[in-house]
Amino acid sequence: MSADFLYGIEVILNGLMAGVMYALVALGFVLIFKASGIFNFAQGVMALFAALTLVGIMEGQVPFSHLINEVFGTEVHHFGWHVPALLAIAITLFVMVAFAWAVQKFLFKHLVGQEPIILFMATIGLAYFLEGFGDLMWGSNIKTLNLGLPQGGSRVIEDMTAKLGGDDFYGFFIDKLDIVATGVAIVLVLSLICFSQFTKQGRAMRAVADDHQAALSVGISLNFIWVLVWSLAGLVALVAGVMWGAKSGVQFSLSLIALKALPVLMLGGFTSIPGAIVGGLIIGVGEKLFEYLIGPMVGGATENWFAYVLALAFLVFRPQGLFGEKIIERV
Amino acid sequence: MKLQTLTAVALSTALVSGSALADLVIPDLSYRTGPYAAGGTPFSDGFQDYLKMLNARDGGIGGEEIRILECETGYNTEKGVECYESTKGEGALIYQPLSTGITYQLIPKATADQIPLHTMGYGRTSASNGEVFNWVFNYPANYWDAAGVIVNYLLDENSGDLKDKDIALVYHNSAYGKEPIRTLEALAEIHGFNFKPIAVDHPGQEQKSQWLQIRRERPDYVLMWGWGVMNQVAIQEAANIGFPMENFIGNWWSGAEHDVTPAGAAANGYKSLNMNRIGDLPVFAEIKKHVHEEGNASGDGSNLGTVLYTRGMYAAMLAQEAIAKAQEIHGVADVTPVMVRDGMEALAISADRMTELGMENIGPEFSVSCEDHGGSGLGIVQQWDAGEGKWVALTDYIEPNDDVTGPLIDEDSAAFAKEAGITPGCYAG
Repeated sequence: MSADFLYGIEVILNGLMAGVMYALVALGFVLIFKASGIFNFAQGVMALFAALTLVGIMEGQVPFSHLINEVFGTEVHHFGWHVPALLAIAITLFVMVAFAWAVQKFLFKHLVGQEPIILFMATIGLAYFLEGFGDLMWGSNIKTLNLGLPQGGSRVIEDMTAKLGGDDFYGFFIDKLDIVATGVAIVLVLSLICFSQFTKQGRAMRAVADDHQAALSVGISLNFIWVLVWSLAGLVALVAGVMWGAKSGVQFSLSLIALKALPVLMLGGFTSIPGAIVGGLIIGVGEKLFEYLIGPMVGGATENWFAYVLALAFLVFRPQGLFGEKIIERV
Repeated sequence: MKLQTLTAVALSTALVSGSALADLVIPDLSYRTGPYAAGGTPFSDGFQDYLKMLNARDGGIGGEEIRILECETGYNTEKGVECYESTKGEGALIYQPLSTGITYQLIPKATADQIPLHTMGYGRTSASNGEVFNWVFNYPANYWDAAGVIVNYLLDENSGDLKDKDIALVYHNSAYGKEPIRTLEALAEIHGFNFKPIAVDHPGQEQKSQWLQIRRERPDYVLMWGWGVMNQVAIQEAANIGFPMENFIGNWWSGAEHDVTPAGAAANGYKSLNMNRIGDLPVFAEIKKHVHEEGNASGDGSNLGTVLYTRGMYAAMLAQEAIAKAQEIHGVADVTPVMVRDGMEALAISADRMTELGMENIGPEFSVSCEDHGGSGLGIVQQWDAGEGKWVALTDYIEPNDDVTGPLIDEDSAAFAKEAGITPGCYAG
C-alpha cells in the first residue's frame, strides 16, 4: 500500500480519536439541554473549573489564598499535603454537585418559565462568573495534572503497522492519551445510558426531558432533577477537563474547548447522547481529512473553519441535527 | 466657619491633585485573567515590582514618584484600546501593551495623542524605522531579528551550511505568528534551506494535524511562533511524536517555564530564544527587600526570577532609563510624554549601566536614534533542563541579519507611510 494511502488512514484514526475528545465536551451540553431546554454556555468553563478544583485539591492548595492573604495579611498558599487522585476526584465531584445545587437554588429557580433566550443569557453570565470565581479560588497559573495518564504515541501500534508500507511509512501514530480518552468516553456513555434506562432517577430524568408538566403531575421534583442533571454535566465536565488538561496543563484556555463542541452539537443534535458521539466522530474525521487533503492548498489551519462549515451544511438539510428531535409547531 | 471649611477642603484637594498630577504615570496594560493569563501575570508582576522598588528605594525616578495605572486587557484588543483611552487622560507617559493586536490598534492613536509606545520584541516590526514611526519604539529586538538570530544559530550549529535542510515554522495563525515568514523566506533563498510554514489556529488547543504532518515530513528543525496554550500543546505534541527536542526552537514568547512544565520530563532539551538573560540578578534582592518583604508584591510574589518576570522587569527598567534620560535632556523631573519620547530616542544602554542597576548583562548593549527605534536585535538561545527545572543559556548574544531585514523594514515602513500619508523624517516637535 502506498504511504499516502496509509497516512490517510492514520489521519482518519486520529480524527476519530479527536472526535471523541470533542464529544466529551458536547455530552455536557446535551444532558442539560435535553432535560431543561437550556443551552449551557458555561459548559466549557465548568470543565475548566472542575479541572482546576481537581488539581488544586490534589496539590493541597489553599482555595482563595490570594484573597485571604490580601485581607488578613497572611502568607498561606498550601496546606502542606497532597491528596491521592481518587479521593481528590471524589471531592471534586462533591464540589460540582454543590455547584449544581447552587446554580439551581440561586439562578434558575428564579428564572422558571422565562424565554429560552433569557436562560441562555443567564448561562453566559454564569460562565463569566465561574471563570472569575475559579481564578479567585485557584489562581490563573498553569497547573500540571499528575493523574498518571499515559502520553505519547503507542510504540506497539507504530511497530506493528510500520511493515504495512515502504520505507517512507513510519507506522500509525496513535496517542496513548487518546486511547484512554476513548475508553473513558465509552464507559461514560454506557453509564449514562444505564443510569437513564435502569434507575428510578434516570427514568424521572427522561420523563422531565419528555414533558415537564406531565412529570410534575406524577410527583417528580423538577428541582431535584435539574440539580441531578447539572451534577451529571459537572461529572462530564470533569472528565473533559481532565482529558484536555492532560494535554496542555490546566489553564484558562480550557474554557475555549466549548467552541469545539458547538459544531458537534449542530451536527449530532442538541438532544441526543449518541448524536454527540456520532457528531464528534464526523467532525473529528471531517476536519482532519480536510486539513490533510485540502489544507496544504489553502495555507492550512482549516480545522475550526471546516468544522463549522460542515455543521452548517447539515443544518441546511436537517436543522434538528442527525439525531435531534424534529420540532413540529402547529400554527 | 463654613467658608473656612470649604476653603480648607478646596486647598487640600488642590494639593492632593497637584501632587497626583506631578507623578510619573506609567500604565500597565496587563492580563491576569483569561486564556493568556499565565504569560501576562509574571510579566506584569516583574514590571510593577521593579517600579514599586524604585518608589520605595529611590523615591521614584529623579525624585518624582511613579504612579502605576494597571488596566486589565485580558489580551483582548478591544479591551486594550479601552484601557488606553481610559488611562491616557491621567498623564500617561509611555505605553507597553504586551500584545501585537493591541499595538496595531494603538499605533495611530498614540501617534495622534503624542504618547510614546514601547513594544519590546513584539508589535509591528517595521516600527523600528523611527523616521516613519516617530512615536513607536521596539528596542531591543523585533520578530524579524528573532528569525535572523535563529537562522544564524542554526548556521553555527551546521558549520555554516543549511543547504537542503528542511525547516518548518509552526506559527499562531495571526498577525503575530505570520510576522517572521517574510524574513524566513528571504533567508531560505539566501542559505538554500527548504522552508515550510505550518499554521495553527487560535487558541492552539488542538494541533494533531500539524504534528502528524511534521511526523510525515520529518523536517530537520521546527521553529515555533506561539503564545498561550499553543506553546504547551506544541511541546507536548512534539514529544508525543518523538521529535528531537534539541531541534525544536521557539521564539522568545514560546520559552517560559509554564510553556514546558506541563510536558514534564518530555520537554527536556527544548530550546527557545530569549531577548534577556535569566539568572539570579542582584536586583532581585533589592525587590525582595523593598517590595516583597514590605508586603507589596504584585500578585502572590511567586514569579520572581522567572523568564517573563525578568522580561517585565527589564521592560520597566527600559522605561525608567528613558524617563531618566528625558529628565536629563529637559532639565525637569516632571516630564511629559513628548519629553519621554525624546528620552527614548536618545537612549543608550551600556553594560556598565546594567551592572549599576543590578542587572548585569540582562540585555544586549544598544542605543536608539531617530532613524533606528529597534535597538541591536540581538538574542540568546536557551535550553530547558527538565531535571533541574530551569532554563540554561546556551549562547552569548547572537547577531540578527540586518542586511536581510533592513530592506524589508524599509519596504514595509514605506508602504505604511504612503498609506497613512506620513512624510518620513525625524520628529521636530
